[in-house]
Amino acid sequence: MSTYVLRRLLLFVPTLIGASMLIFVMLRLVPGDIAEILVYQTGSESSAVQRRQIQQIRHELGLDRPIVTQYVEWVAGALRGDFGQSYVQRRPVVDILRERFPRSMELAILTLLLAMAWAIPLGVVSAVRQNGVLDYLSRLLSLSGLSLPLFFTGALILYGLVRFFRWLPPLEFVSFTENPWENLKQLVWPALAQAYYISAPITRLTRSQMLEVVRQDYVRTARAKGLAERAVIYRHALRNSLLPVVTFIGWWGGRLLGGLVIMETIFVVPGMGSALIQAVSQRDYPTVQAMVFVMALVFLIVNLVVDLLYAWLDPRIRYA
Amino acid sequence: MTARMARVVRAQPLGAAGAVVVLVLVLVALLAPRLAPHGPKETGFAPYLAPSREFPMGTDQVGRDVLSRVIWGARLSLYVGLASVLFGITLGALWGVVTAYVGGAADTGSQRVVDCLMALPPIILALSLMAALGQSVNNVILALVILLTPTAARTLRSVALGVAATPYIEAAEAGGASRVRVIVRHLLPNCLASYIVLVTTNISYAIVVEASLSFIGAGAPPDEPSWGGMLAQGIQALETAPWMVFFPGLAISLAVFGLNLLGDSIRDLTDPRLRGGLG
Repeated sequence: MSTYVLRRLLLFVPTLIGASMLIFVMLRLVPGDIAEILVYQTGSESSAVQRRQIQQIRHELGLDRPIVTQYVEWVAGALRGDFGQSYVQRRPVVDILRERFPRSMELAILTLLLAMAWAIPLGVVSAVRQNGVLDYLSRLLSLSGLSLPLFFTGALILYGLVRFFRWLPPLEFVSFTENPWENLKQLVWPALAQAYYISAPITRLTRSQMLEVVRQDYVRTARAKGLAERAVIYRHALRNSLLPVVTFIGWWGGRLLGGLVIMETIFVVPGMGSALIQAVSQRDYPTVQAMVFVMALVFLIVNLVVDLLYAWLDPRIRYA
Repeated sequence: MTARMARVVRAQPLGAAGAVVVLVLVLVALLAPRLAPHGPKETGFAPYLAPSREFPMGTDQVGRDVLSRVIWGARLSLYVGLASVLFGITLGALWGVVTAYVGGAADTGSQRVVDCLMALPPIILALSLMAALGQSVNNVILALVILLTPTAARTLRSVALGVAATPYIEAAEAGGASRVRVIVRHLLPNCLASYIVLVTTNISYAIVVEASLSFIGAGAPPDEPSWGGMLAQGIQALETAPWMVFFPGLAISLAVFGLNLLGDSIRDLTDPRLRGGLG
């Protein structure tokens, strides 16, 4: 087990470094940097003055130094929890993260809980009553969930809310600690729309896993010794089929933070995604870098935890 | 021929339905200039007209015919989907197969690069790429190629590892075939089935990513008839002109649904374990 953990940990660090380098280089390929945008916005008259201003801003922000130096400094700062200053908002990026991250995280967790709450039972019922009416309904539902693009589901829900319930996207975000009920009312719709999308593969996977497990010998043994059908399904079959489902949910959950961009845009949730879109369009490198870095970090940590959990739960992985 | 087709339809009714949808999509895309009553960027009608006999899907905020834009949108979606998948999956497949066969540092190294690329959430990676490349339809394709390549490299690598371990590869090597010959004559043809499955299953994915990018304003320029972009403009006027959201949304859902059904059954047909009596 310990060698497995070690090997897995050794993979974690280089991947994180590689991902951060990728995003760093990519952002610097952008034609037209922040200095140009800032200067041309103010609209000074002479182009020579503008060029000098651009040089000055570049110097202040350290953009005139070699990219390797910039990267090393960025990493050194990031290790101390300092992601630099936002060019546009003129405040530490950490503050922006501290404000936005919990919101997106809450939305992601809510989404996963909602998705699991109905996807897993639906998958079980679908498998237990294979080829029954419920099975067909649930398969149709999940197939449509996979085909409806997120932004369309989101737009339809928004339309329904606006048209029939006079609901409007909130002007101001209310945090959970301020007012839990108001907060949930704001987040439940984007979470539902996103959950509908990801519940489709979860239902399908639960169903196919259950179908495989109920044909195993130990399930037959459980039946043969006279256990009630409920006990057979829930205690023996479901527990054993949930392993891959959990891995899959973990994998999805890790990516969710970045995948929420669309829902945040539609339902006006001021989270990481909407901040990222804005920062990208404003060429606010430090903010973009930090946001993408945090998203990759969360994804890799969740993956790591899921992998370790999986190895702990399933001895076959550890010794493979 | 017809008997065989009837057998396919009976064995894969959903796949056949998907094939019909895809066929319609392709025809609409090809015949867009003849089918569309107006040009996709043609303005000059009254804005926000509700669906009527003259404008079956209404008009949008600058007075363009939504029906025409939906029809031209099929062409844009299919173009982006096909081009990005063909380039991306082919590149990734070659990359995966060659590194799997060469092995050693090339293989481990390339897999670590794939790890890094896959650690970034796909829509975020695409968004950052679009920021770097600038907004245009062809840059969306380029971003998608970069998105699809690592996935294909990972999948085809594991397939190629399996094929490389088979006796006939060993036999070819023992017979003195060069590495290039082994890859071209033996390895690649035997990975073809997985390649085809990847291509068919990823077209709908690419179409959705294109639409999502245009939706968040980072994809095709706003005047291009992208279903995602049209939907985004529709959301701004959701209460006055809901048709601006419904019709593009319906079009993309139908296209993706058809492509998914078709892709699913192609996967079933190429997987010998799932193939039932379709010789």
